[in-house]
Amino acid sequence: MIWAAIVITAAGCYAVKLLGLSVPAAVLERPLVRRLAALVPIAALAALIALQTFADGPTLVVDARAAGLAAAAVALLLRAPFLVIVAVAVVVTAAVRALTG
Amino acid sequence: MQAGLPPKPRAAVVRDALGVGTAVGLSGFAFGVTSAGAGMSVAQTCVLSLFVFTGASQFALVGALGTGGNPFAAAAGALLLGVRNAFYGLRLSQLLGLPRAVRPFAAQWVIDETSAVALAQPDRRLARLGFTITGVSLYAGWNITTLLGALGASALGDPAAWGLDVAGPAVFLALLVPMLRARTAGPGAGGTGASGTGASGTGAAETGVSAAGAEAARNGAAGSRPGGVSGREPVTRTGDAGAVTSGEAGFPRQEAAVAALAVVLALACVPFVPAGVPVLVAVLAAPAVLAVARLSAARSTREGRR
Repeated sequence: MIWAAIVITAAGCYAVKLLGLSVPAAVLERPLVRRLAALVPIAALAALIALQTFADGPTLVVDARAAGLAAAAVALLLRAPFLVIVAVAVVVTAAVRALTG
Repeated sequence: MQAGLPPKPRAAVVRDALGVGTAVGLSGFAFGVTSAGAGMSVAQTCVLSLFVFTGASQFALVGALGTGGNPFAAAAGALLLGVRNAFYGLRLSQLLGLPRAVRPFAAQWVIDETSAVALAQPDRRLARLGFTITGVSLYAGWNITTLLGALGASALGDPAAWGLDVAGPAVFLALLVPMLRARTAGPGAGGTGASGTGASGTGAAETGVSAAGAEAARNGAAGSRPGGVSGREPVTRTGDAGAVTSGEAGFPRQEAAVAALAVVLALACVPFVPAGVPVLVAVLAAPAVLAVARLSAARSTREGRR
């Protein structure tokens, strides 16, 4: 089943890329379509951040992950490079787990 | 770089493109580690990087599968994140003028970073060069580091003990913030043709969902900085919703509203629906906010007439 999801995602993501290169501009250049395309990834990313930070199965929890994400936000505000942002989140999460666990 | 500046030497384009490609290629390591941590095999992880090749979708898929999400809901969430590449492709097809036979091969490289670099070039020749070199270096780097990350993660043991389960959300946050700061409604919002490419290149870098978009802009490689934009010119928006204005903190209001509503929707339905579905529910925040904006725009127009 995992392979099914991988194949669907790969085929779909490729199809979407090729579609953009191939269709006449008028189809995708409609303002409403373009606006939605800009907003949909924002909604998806925001939701994923919240879910992967606060969801634990069917319940919501605030644990070490929240501390790690907060640290990442600070790194982001300080304009740290991408890899540093991720590293800070990982290290802080691990540290909080080690201290509290 | 803006049109009108002195012609840019090929060497500078090659250097920019290689810089972006290498920097982002490295973040494949983070994906490899996260994917292995989410329970994917090394083969599954590498197939994702080889054939999906769009970072946010890959992180979303393994994140959802790792928490036991329904595979089809997980794939749907990943695809929603990949939709923006169609709009990059649309801009690039005008700019690069690719022959029909080449398109299927170029398509796999139509992502945030290649678009940011290509759209920042002043003419077709340099745009093709930038697109190709960024594409090659990024594809190679992303796949090699994915493999290394996946192999390294299995040597680490329990990924949660190392805090690796938070790599995914941290990546998403690094991708989301530049989108919230985005100046234009989306790639393609700028003008068309050579005179518009400078501006829209900036837009692509900022709306760029990938870290690389942000990183490219930050390095000045794509000719702009995300933070520098606000000081340079007012927020311009296209799109028929029209009534979009810049928020107080420099965040466009609609983007912020969509993000906030999506978080609330996703968390609210966690206890009631299977894993993987909350993301799909949360995506409804986008049309919802647009609909509200249109209604209020229509109402204020009507009141204005009275």
